[in-house]
Amino acid sequence: MLVLSRKRGQSIMIGNDIEISVIDIQGEQIRLGISAPKNVKVYRKEVYEEIIKENREAAIISVSPEQIKGIKITKNEQMDDENN
Amino acid sequence: MQLNTKHFGIIEVDEKETLYFPSGIPGFEDVKKFVLLGRQEVESPFFWLQSIDKPDLAFVVTDPFYIREDYYVDVDDEEVEEIEIKDPENVLTLAIVTIPENIRQMTVNLKAPVLINMKNNMGKQVIMKDDTFPVKYYIMTGGSEPPR
Repeated sequence: MLVLSRKRGQSIMIGNDIEISVIDIQGEQIRLGISAPKNVKVYRKEVYEEIIKENREAAIISVSPEQIKGIKITKNEQMDDENN
Repeated sequence: MQLNTKHFGIIEVDEKETLYFPSGIPGFEDVKKFVLLGRQEVESPFFWLQSIDKPDLAFVVTDPFYIREDYYVDVDDEEVEEIEIKDPENVLTLAIVTIPENIRQMTVNLKAPVLINMKNNMGKQVIMKDDTFPVKYYIMTGGSEPPR
């Protein structure tokens, strides 16, 4: 990994068209400005990782299709309970 | 074409129904081809996004507008450029469902819906920038808190 030191107001270029600037530094928080072409998606890493984690969890289906089809959703209410 | 799937055994899939995900799905980027199974069944709101490339892989999906009447999808045009969406009317919106062993704890990912362009059968999972809808929306409680 390339490690660079930057001060407030300085920036780095990634390729010809992605610029990341250090807008402000306050204690532990750094505000970054990112200019990139519109087709370059920029996410906070934890958001993207959260989606990956959720997808991996969703791919583990431990209940049968029959059980899933049997699930009833009464909107904004509890699931039908066999004890009811 | 025949598929030997984990959940449905051997099934026959019409190649015309193949959905193509150019970027795959986050976490499964190399899986590009899927098919929807069980969507015509009206008794259940749940159906399956079954991988063609990896027959072991399937996601339970549902209609997020059924889960939340006030649901909406808000993404930049650039996000959906890849699947060539021109008219929102032709888009099928799905939400991926996570079902743990305790079914009551099932959640639906409302933050990152799967959009399918019904005109060209291309699909993509998009991530909404704002936090109006959570990644884990508990269907049984109707919120971000798990049922007790």
